[in-house]
Amino acid sequence: GPLSERHLMDVRLGELPAWLATRDFSPQGLLGGVQKAWSSYYNKYINVRKGGPAGISMLLAGYCLLSYGCNYQHIKQHRWRKHH
Amino acid sequence: MLSRLLLRAAPAALRSLPPPVTVGLLQAARPLHTTQQRPAPLPPLPEKGGEVRHGLIPEEFFQFLYPKTGVTGPYMLGTGLVLYLLSKEIYVINHETVAAACILSVIIYAVKKYGPAVADFADKLNEEKVSKAVAAKNKVMESLETAIDQEKQEQWRIEGRSYLFDAKRNNIAMLLEINYRERLLMVYNEVKKRLDYQVAIQNLRRQKEQDHMIHWVEKNVIQSITPQQQKESIAKCILDLKALSKGAQAAV
Repeated sequence: GPLSERHLMDVRLGELPAWLATRDFSPQGLLGGVQKAWSSYYNKYINVRKGGPAGISMLLAGYCLLSYGCNYQHIKQHRWRKHH
Repeated sequence: MLSRLLLRAAPAALRSLPPPVTVGLLQAARPLHTTQQRPAPLPPLPEKGGEVRHGLIPEEFFQFLYPKTGVTGPYMLGTGLVLYLLSKEIYVINHETVAAACILSVIIYAVKKYGPAVADFADKLNEEKVSKAVAAKNKVMESLETAIDQEKQEQWRIEGRSYLFDAKRNNIAMLLEINYRERLLMVYNEVKKRLDYQVAIQNLRRQKEQDHMIHWVEKNVIQSITPQQQKESIAKCILDLKALSKGAQAAV
């Protein structure tokens, strides 16, 4: 279909900037996007009859990565080698 | 659904208000639900969540890389990434790494060992909730069905109206008949009593007349017997007796 209505996974690499241009970056739009992402994740991995560890473990792993990235400048000082 | 009702009712209600109020209210009465509402019943929850390998990476990633790199592609990618991060010290090994390793091993051991038990317990709780709701629904449906059956029976009963009315009509006819016969009997008895009375009076009168006549005749006869006649009749009786006794003696 038209570019603005496709999901991110269906967009080709060359069309990515064009697709990003069609996205709605106002506060409501961003909030709506976050809500949609969360609801799709929730309904796929958490809101099921027999869930497993996958639901929260992915969230915790993402949190770990995010916090590592936030504290990277501080962690960089504990490197073992001086030159890489 | 309710919002559509509101939509339909709002203009009619707003037309009755003065214009400035109408404008303000129209802004406030803008419909709230704009997405299409799903009708009941809700679709059931999916049984299992999305497939995830090693608890961390969704299966879609592996399927995404499969056509180009085969089965080992994602693993090679992972290994390469890890080595790159370690060698360039983008991921620094410090005390936190050791702590993370210990915590992760404990968590993984606990999940592998007690996971199924906890899952069964949660499933049992869910089952109880669902079964309670289903039991309530079944009970309501049963009661409704019995109500339907009773209603049908009542309707069937109504069909017997004609028999009921026939029986009632028969009863009433019998009552009327009984009443009529009672009154007939009463009339007959009354008439008979009056006639008997008349007959009794006539009998009494005749008897009284008879007695009176006899008495009067006797009285007159006795009065007419003079003393002389009495002597003559006594002498005659004595003569007759003597004659008789002679005749009897002769016979003996």
